Amino acid sequence: MKKSAFLGTLTVAGLAAGMVSAATLDDVKARGELNCGVSTGLTGFSLPDANGVWSGFDVAICRAVAAAVLGDATKVKFVPTTGQTRFTALASGEVDMLARNSTWTFSRDTDLKLDFVGVNYYDGQGFMVRKDLGVTSAKELEGATICIQTGTTTELNLADWFKTNNLNYTPVAIETNAEGEQQYAAGACDAYTTDASGLASTRASFADPENHIILPEIISKEPLGPAVRHGDNQWADIVRWTLNALIAAEEYGVTSANMEELAANSPNPEVKRLLGAEGDLGVMTGLDKDWAKRAIGVAGNYGEIFAATIGEATPIGLARGLNAQWTQGGLLYAPPFR
Amino acid sequence: MANVADVPKPSFRLSMLLYDTRYRSLTIQIVVFLLVMAGAAWLVDNTIRNLQALGKDFNFSFLGARAGYDISQRLVEYTNDSTHGRALLIGLLNTLLVAFLGCIAATVIGVLVGVLRLSKNWLIARLMTVYVEIFRNIPLLLWILLIYAVFTEAAPAPNAFRVNAETGEAATSMFLDAFAVTNRYTAIPNPVFGLDLGWLNIGLFYVSVDFLLLVAAIVVGFFLNRMALRRATRIQEATGDRPTTWWQSLLLLVGIPVAALIAMGFHFEFPELKGFNFTGGLNVSNSFMALWLALSLYTGAFIAEIVRAGVLAISKGQSEAAFALGLRPARTMNLVILPQALRVIIPPLISQYLNLTKNSSLAIAVGYLDLRGTLGGITLNQTGRELECVLLMMLIYLTISLIISGLMNVYNASVKLKER
Repeated sequence: MKKSAFLGTLTVAGLAAGMVSAATLDDVKARGELNCGVSTGLTGFSLPDANGVWSGFDVAICRAVAAAVLGDATKVKFVPTTGQTRFTALASGEVDMLARNSTWTFSRDTDLKLDFVGVNYYDGQGFMVRKDLGVTSAKELEGATICIQTGTTTELNLADWFKTNNLNYTPVAIETNAEGEQQYAAGACDAYTTDASGLASTRASFADPENHIILPEIISKEPLGPAVRHGDNQWADIVRWTLNALIAAEEYGVTSANMEELAANSPNPEVKRLLGAEGDLGVMTGLDKDWAKRAIGVAGNYGEIFAATIGEATPIGLARGLNAQWTQGGLLYAPPFR
Repeated sequence: MANVADVPKPSFRLSMLLYDTRYRSLTIQIVVFLLVMAGAAWLVDNTIRNLQALGKDFNFSFLGARAGYDISQRLVEYTNDSTHGRALLIGLLNTLLVAFLGCIAATVIGVLVGVLRLSKNWLIARLMTVYVEIFRNIPLLLWILLIYAVFTEAAPAPNAFRVNAETGEAATSMFLDAFAVTNRYTAIPNPVFGLDLGWLNIGLFYVSVDFLLLVAAIVVGFFLNRMALRRATRIQEATGDRPTTWWQSLLLLVGIPVAALIAMGFHFEFPELKGFNFTGGLNVSNSFMALWLALSLYTGAFIAEIVRAGVLAISKGQSEAAFALGLRPARTMNLVILPQALRVIIPPLISQYLNLTKNSSLAIAVGYLDLRGTLGGITLNQTGRELECVLLMMLIYLTISLIISGLMNVYNASVKLKER
């Protein structure tokens, strides 16, 4: 690791992944801790509380993976990353996985040498404006000043969308969501644009959420999901199937409360396979039979996590929408556990 | 008599490389050189291996790809259809702009404060001391953030300038109907040429022909003025009487450019609130203002100390002699002290200019898209070419610094003590 630290200093970008052994699973086990890259603070998705304990929708994925791999959901070191540093942090081995509302795109998957293992939130880019501005559609934003997080796909979508609609705007580049909130609240920009979920989360953190509206236009597809480094298929499988286990658990009605009972008595063999009561799916990934049970045991299945962190009962109040199970008209569809 | 030449010449032995003082220093130099080269080779090799392990190649073709992002402050034309290379140019120009204006402002502030700090007026001298100590001893980043925060938090939104339809009044009004400080930008009048002579393509970007004509007028006026002054000197040497030249200088230096401006229909367009923002004028973004002010004030404090040191380095006898000749303090300073002090001042001043230019990369803190923000920020992030971007950025900063250093060395050579 000394070597990689030296090189990292040289290249600033820390292109040291060569020194990071390909077997991330062994590294994590040896370390006894999962390094998980999260955002620098986005209410509902990843935010440390007053005691420094991280919680949120993205954080829950990290904890589920930690529980599956290490058997302890608290053995996670959360590494806050900005839109600019996240992929470098992953490529250099500083984090083992990213769960940081990052959009799955072609070039990130191929050119940036990342592997997106799935989608944990189907999102789209929207705009938030102050109500007293009297704007009801994004198409009325001619000449507006718009705050935008730099280094994101939203930056490119914004440019494309305004071009397509023949509108002018002034971009104000900001580094983190917190800075964006502050600039928007201070009136340094007319509109704030990011993923609609991020806007809902930002609005929820304002003192006067009722004075801000999210415009109806969704200008892009933003499938957000956890990502790992390219080239370590075993580790990618583990993260992918941990996410799938959470999604499948909701589909089959497995919750943190009833999973012990279902493991023993469920008539559905798929549930039993998922929970390790039948077959040895977990062993195929290099873990043990109970991995999925531990992952689900942390905060429940996908639906439970969603409801507890960003769902309609929370201040963020996001509806399931596209993120409902495929059986409910949504897009969540876990491949079979077989 | 013994022949001295008979003493046998000691043959060269390997151990002499270590024990013979004639060879030892050479040996050490060669060994150190080899070690440094080996270290460099190892670093390069390691980088190549790591790039291979990551499956990444090393090439700069991304500079020709479509950038896809927008930049709010652009000195030359750029759209999101332009290439990453073009975005690099925009960033570079933004860096140079803030560095250039920063160097000028810092020099003005530094010279004023440095001289005033030596003033016999107790209050002024102390005030300048307070300024220098405050700005010198607080990190630059904090100044940038503070000034930015003052602009964004304390200034009114553009909306506040809107005239309320019912009361017929606006919450805030513009200064002289021409300037408006808002929490996003400072709107100032935009200088335009009424007579559009077109644009000239000079390879990288277009330059207004009007602007070129203006520059030409200034240069012509400058040279004509020098000719007039030379002629005056010739007459003075021939007859002992120097003809009055001030009106000629005024006419040539000011008259010609002004005439050119009038001929080209030069006027100002005033900013006007339209829609969300001011249009018509120039909107100087707060990020630029904050960066520029902070860089100028911070570096100005250092330059003030350099100027003070330079002035103090001139022996007291010089000013006493000037006073004895009947020169007033202001003239003593301008004619006797400062010209000599420049010799002491210039070399450290160069490094302050270099510092300011490099410090401008802190622009990222306030979202000013300079070279670090475009090439080292958005481009790096969107293309994932960390190594290429960072190396290129280092190369560019190095080049800028060397150019500044070279130019200042030329100037230094012209003011330094000439020994004949």
